[in-house]
Amino acid sequence: MAETSLGHVDHTAPRPPGLRGFIADWSSDQRAFKGVSWGKAMMWIFLLSDTFIFGCFLLSYMTARMSTVVPWPNPSEVFALHLFGQNIPLILIAIMTFVLISSSGTMAMAVNFGYRRDRRKTAVLMLLTALLGATFVGMQAFEWTKLISEGVRPWENPWGAAQFGSTFFMITGFHGTHVTIGVIFLLIVARKVWRGDYETGERGFFTSRRGQYESVEIMGLYWHFVDLVWVFIFAFFYLW
Amino acid sequence: MAQAEAQDHGLHGHAAPAPAMAHAEGQQHPIKLYLVVWGWLFILSACSYAVDYFALQGMLRWSLILIFMMLKAGLIVAVFMHMAWERLALSYAIIVPPLVILVFVAIMVIESRYTEITRVLSFGAG
Repeated sequence: MAETSLGHVDHTAPRPPGLRGFIADWSSDQRAFKGVSWGKAMMWIFLLSDTFIFGCFLLSYMTARMSTVVPWPNPSEVFALHLFGQNIPLILIAIMTFVLISSSGTMAMAVNFGYRRDRRKTAVLMLLTALLGATFVGMQAFEWTKLISEGVRPWENPWGAAQFGSTFFMITGFHGTHVTIGVIFLLIVARKVWRGDYETGERGFFTSRRGQYESVEIMGLYWHFVDLVWVFIFAFFYLW
Repeated sequence: MAQAEAQDHGLHGHAAPAPAMAHAEGQQHPIKLYLVVWGWLFILSACSYAVDYFALQGMLRWSLILIFMMLKAGLIVAVFMHMAWERLALSYAIIVPPLVILVFVAIMVIESRYTEITRVLSFGAG
């Protein structure tokens, strides 16, 4: 008993700012992430592990591109679209970037309205986020179709190094899967918000725990991470 | 159990919320902040695209790409993901480990240079 109350006192104790507070948190018994719910901490740790997955993908891409003696296809030309009578470099990818950033913006506002208990706006903004995410996946499907019809395969392509196809399909495919999963979860959480599950304390069908509006923020963390990964893919794969 | 619950869900019943305890009511920031960050992300993305559109090359291209990338990533993590308002204990746990990837990058740069040299020496210049 004494231990729990000690832990509780510890938990609420004010911390000195800066590095000393960080050390105090980490050297305290049992709980390092004070004031952070387990759901949020676990989502962050999952995202950290996902960072390493995408990090390894981009690293393998870097290794393949640096070590090949065959010239690498120029992404600026490969991903150009013929619009309005001229070739515009990388235009589809640019539009996809803006779509994903917009979905991040609507998600951030959904989190904000969730904490203000504005159910309607939260749900609408989340649905808008899901719609933008689905648009992104749709454009990616278009991009894949275009490249496949031009002869890009994981083992060959008409323009240069064969690894171009394998890294492209692996990296964008994995990212697209993340976006798709995100859209599905956005729809699930948006439905819960719309029904008012987080206000009536309805238990979830999977975990049987009562949800709260923090679920919207945790969902948002995942969604922003998907956008974050795209920032790196855009820079390293499409622009480099 | 109840205590654990209270611990899990923030800090109920504490009158003076210290900065580190901004969680009590969840993250509350004006909508304007998100719109401003959104605008900046648009501007930075447009800048990245301009790098490609105007076909800048060499060091200028690479450094601009990396600068715009880091600025965008920083804005998303700090503001959209609320990392700027989290306790340092969490921020460091999440932000420091990915930096180790840079070591991995260095190792693989050496490795791929070696592979390339081997390929050139064994199979000719392509």
